Amino acid sequence: MRKISLILLLIASVPVWASGGGELEHSGVNVTDIASLQRGAATFRDYCFGCHSANYVRYQRLADDLKLGEDYVKQYFMRGTTKIGDTMSIAMDPADAEVWFGKTPPDLSLAARSRSTDWLFAYMRSFYRDQNGEWNNSIFPDVSMPNVFWREQGILEPVYESAGGHGGNAGSHIARLEMVEAGTMEPEAFDAKIRDLVAFLEYMGEPAKLKRKAVGWKVILFLALFAFLAYLLKAEYWRDVH
Amino acid sequence: MAKPASAIAKNWDALCNWVDTRLPVSSFWRDHLSGYYAPKNFNFWYFFGSLALLVLVNQIVTGIFLTMHYKPSAEEAFASVEYIMRDVDWGWLIRYMHSTGASAFFIVIYLHMFRGLMYGSYRKPRELIWTFGMLIYLLLMAEAFMGYVLPWGQMSYWGAQVIISLFGAIPKIGEPLTEWIRGDYFIADATLNRFFALHVIALPLALLGLVVLHLAALHQVGSNNPDGIEIKQNKGADGVPVDGIPFHPYYTVKDIFGVAMFLLLFAFVIFYAPELGGLFLEHDNFVPANVLATPEHIKPVWYFTPFYAILRAVPDKLFGVILMGLAIAALFLLPWLDRSRVKSIRYKGWASKLLLAVFAVAFVRLGMLGMGEGTIAQTLESRFWTFVYFAYFVLLWFISKYEKTKPVPERVTH
Repeated sequence: MRKISLILLLIASVPVWASGGGELEHSGVNVTDIASLQRGAATFRDYCFGCHSANYVRYQRLADDLKLGEDYVKQYFMRGTTKIGDTMSIAMDPADAEVWFGKTPPDLSLAARSRSTDWLFAYMRSFYRDQNGEWNNSIFPDVSMPNVFWREQGILEPVYESAGGHGGNAGSHIARLEMVEAGTMEPEAFDAKIRDLVAFLEYMGEPAKLKRKAVGWKVILFLALFAFLAYLLKAEYWRDVH
Repeated sequence: MAKPASAIAKNWDALCNWVDTRLPVSSFWRDHLSGYYAPKNFNFWYFFGSLALLVLVNQIVTGIFLTMHYKPSAEEAFASVEYIMRDVDWGWLIRYMHSTGASAFFIVIYLHMFRGLMYGSYRKPRELIWTFGMLIYLLLMAEAFMGYVLPWGQMSYWGAQVIISLFGAIPKIGEPLTEWIRGDYFIADATLNRFFALHVIALPLALLGLVVLHLAALHQVGSNNPDGIEIKQNKGADGVPVDGIPFHPYYTVKDIFGVAMFLLLFAFVIFYAPELGGLFLEHDNFVPANVLATPEHIKPVWYFTPFYAILRAVPDKLFGVILMGLAIAALFLLPWLDRSRVKSIRYKGWASKLLLAVFAVAFVRLGMLGMGEGTIAQTLESRFWTFVYFAYFVLLWFISKYEKTKPVPERVTH
């Protein structure tokens, strides 16, 4: 019986789908690193916030959670008549945006939850210049968004490889991206900048994450103690039964 | 000046008497807790009944708080859930307790049902307990499905689209029926609004009623146990089953320990993995419902995937729907399909043991396949396990009748 159970367990543990080649690199973001979130927030403001809203995120939370302070947020993040309790909306009309970019830039409040941080980290670093001199992305082919970091990152161009591994055009896919023009930042420094940005996106996706991780271990510790006492109580009562 | 203790006790007794002559509190307590004798050999598998009740209460209480902030309209639903997650004090905790609770409910119920299969808890005289339990399971699936639509994310929307369209497979009345369910020509505000009504009041009421019936039937005949022996057939001089112990305090204190262990796991998921890698909360559901953009890969939440795999294993839609319905209907018949002389798997033969183990593997494997993308290889494998799933019920009918069983002891063993 034991042997049969083992065999059956083995059958049940065979993965249903083999992970298809395109494994994403681990982003290594740390959402509990407040300094990283602060840098990411600044990057978001300078590079993303012009076109992308974060309609579920409130300035007040930014000031509190990221320890920026209300005055700092008012001075450096908020625009026009916005109030500290407002959400991070943008002035651009979605209809105009569609005309300008071909697609309305999506709201980024939940980007990290729907896409995952690893995907965002890879996506932001995978823009390249195609044969027509236009921006494209190897993670998100034919994306409407241009590479907003081209000055810092430099310009990448694709190196193709055919499905069979030999050179050729038909059925070829991008093997890797190659830097053809250096940017103002070293690649490592640029990756760190993107990592901060992705950390901030992760924070925006779930501001409660900071609190939930901080509260969680206390709850679990309490429950462990409770379980221990409950076990002693049970053992005491059950002495009559055994 | 404090009254002497004896005076307080006297007043207390008087109050109890006053209530008891008007409401059967003491007799209820005696009949269902302190004087309800349960077999003393309950093992690990007997925690899941009380845990199911705990999760039900969790869902109701957290659900009440969620309805205070949730807006059941296609325009506002998604944003109101994010409002709960961000702006309502501890709203994220309430929401995660509810979303994790939904999955926990199915984990607990599946283990509870498996216990029934192992120890023959559905056998005579407990057929009605099993039937009420199965009805609870059916309603729970409806409840979970409608609850899943409420956040109005992409998976909510398209999952509902797929599941409601299944009714369209029924000849003649199919299309009008789907319109009647949706209240519109497509999944829309009207659908969301009625699902909200059903999710927060109609189905919970029915569920609670069935839970009462499930427990009433259980307490009428008494609990089964891992040996499958009727403890009431062996009573002492005092009329109490010799292998029975009062549910309270023995099983109440034991269940408190079970609750604590369950809550430890529950809290771990809530605080450290509320999405559980996309199983409990799916990534696509963090995108608002969009009528114009069909997600690449629509699949139901994990607890429906075994049946979804059976549905997809069949090329014909109507036959697939029928087979999926049969997969659930067959479970209702178990009390009459199992014809063994013994109840518990402990005293059945090796064939029964193998049969149950293979059935469990088929169920888990179908669940995994139902999450897949539906490639040809996955469809072929789903067909195999679908066959195994149904073979269980057919083989049970024969094997249980003709296999050699072991002698059942007079008294419970351990």
